[in-house]
Amino acid sequence: MSVLVIAEHDGKQLKAGTANAVTAATKMGGDITVLVAGHQCGDAAKAAAKLAEIRKVLHCDAPHYQGSLAENMAALIVPLAPQYSHVVAPATGFGKNLMPRVAALLDVQQISDISAVTAPDTFVRPTYAGNVLVTVKSSDKIKVVTVRATGFDAAGEGGSVPVETLAPGPDAGLSKFNGQELTKSARPELAAARIIVSGGRGMGSADNFRILEALADKLGAAVGASRAAVDSGFVPNDYQVGQTGKIVAPELYIAVGISGAIQHLAGMKDSKVIVAINKDAEAPIFAVANYWLVEDLFKAVPELTAEL
Amino acid sequence: MKVLVTVKRVIDPYVKVRVKADGSGVETANVKMTMNPFCEIAVEQAVRMKEAGVVTEIVVVSIGTQQSQETLRTAMAMGADRGILVETDAEVQPLAVAKVMRAIAAKENPKLIIMGKQAIDDDSNQSGQMTSALLGWPQAAFISSITVNGDSADVTREIDGGLEKLTIKLPAVVTTDLRLNEPRYVTLPNIMKAKKKPLEVVKPDALGVDVAPRLTTLKVEEPSRRGAGVKVADVKELVSKLKNEAKVI
Repeated sequence: MSVLVIAEHDGKQLKAGTANAVTAATKMGGDITVLVAGHQCGDAAKAAAKLAEIRKVLHCDAPHYQGSLAENMAALIVPLAPQYSHVVAPATGFGKNLMPRVAALLDVQQISDISAVTAPDTFVRPTYAGNVLVTVKSSDKIKVVTVRATGFDAAGEGGSVPVETLAPGPDAGLSKFNGQELTKSARPELAAARIIVSGGRGMGSADNFRILEALADKLGAAVGASRAAVDSGFVPNDYQVGQTGKIVAPELYIAVGISGAIQHLAGMKDSKVIVAINKDAEAPIFAVANYWLVEDLFKAVPELTAEL
Repeated sequence: MKVLVTVKRVIDPYVKVRVKADGSGVETANVKMTMNPFCEIAVEQAVRMKEAGVVTEIVVVSIGTQQSQETLRTAMAMGADRGILVETDAEVQPLAVAKVMRAIAAKENPKLIIMGKQAIDDDSNQSGQMTSALLGWPQAAFISSITVNGDSADVTREIDGGLEKLTIKLPAVVTTDLRLNEPRYVTLPNIMKAKKKPLEVVKPDALGVDVAPRLTTLKVEEPSRRGAGVKVADVKELVSKLKNEAKVI
């Protein structure tokens, strides 16, 4: 048995989630190889080589891996896959886009978003917005798996394993990458933050999010949002925490003006400590909160920022 | 151009889901069912593209039990032209969905397949990407906009850090994210009209597709619940609890 972990990276560093996928891979058995494929991603390959628990890094560099186009990435991974018992990636936007393409080309039924490994062929995964846990056993020869980062600790740094250069696969020529518009922020990423301050419909406007940002900056926290806040245009789409947005589990999650739809709870209910601030005493968010404060957020949030 | 759209019948997302007492699955008897929200967005997109003169015919496909005919009728009430039900009582996993879609695409020859990014019951998020893989077509998953220009389409995808722009050759498979559009409500006259639209029923065998599951479900359970929380009186008490009790700040 051996595991191929597909790294998510930005060319320079590994993205949060890759190290958690490595930890999940250690529970599947055998040697772990990490594939770093991209355009000008030598630094990311070097960063991957420091991961504990892994045997080697495969580094593949070519212009047609820019933007991690699923068609080209899958064409690289599929011929490698038969050497491994498992092909694993983080269940982030990157892994969700790529891995089903890999699995289908291998004629394998992927196991999505696992939160635990019970045996090399048996996995636990949340369904119905995290309200139902299902344990499934795969009958496929190769297991293609995506990993929910919050289910596994991030692998630490070990020594330094060898980095082998891998010849690029074909350019499928099916799609063209025209660039990304990334939200610029000096705050930590949602997936990696120790503290998250999240706002909902109750924030009322994009301008009002500034009071949350002030609180976040005081705490060194990331800023998140409910779907309602994103749909209302208060914040960009990448702020969304929930069933179909980002799944987070920080040490502290402060939900402000969020009523607590099950789709939002799905994305944050595994946080260690949850604080909810809402003026509606009946808000469902209070059911999952460790501490809840029934108060107008426009009074409570600035007061909280000042108090810290 | 012709568009294929897929729709799945799921438990209503606002219903509290319960695990059956014997742990064999989820209680579906007398539970409100609806069209998967991401599939609704897919149908809406196809209808808007038809209204804009880009699309000439919308064929909507569902895979599932006989009751999925209702979901197809809803899609036709929204504006789809005809429906195909691939009828089976078995659990159909995403790889099998993709194989069914490959078989239907071979017959229907669409220029675009629009699917929901994820069904809110099993949360797999696979079927669209797998369908495009099996057809050897480009994929654009989690889109928030699409513009067709002849034999290609410009799309915007929602990614973890923001947005991504791609140009994909057609035919292609795209999957919908939340911000693509806001689905319309169906009107009574349109519901009546939809009853007269053609609906074909086929079995997976007739398409030459083996839908047998590759994953066996061993256990279905509810996650452990969080303990009851504490109501705090004011911000001062909250800060004190976070510092001294939870020790997180």
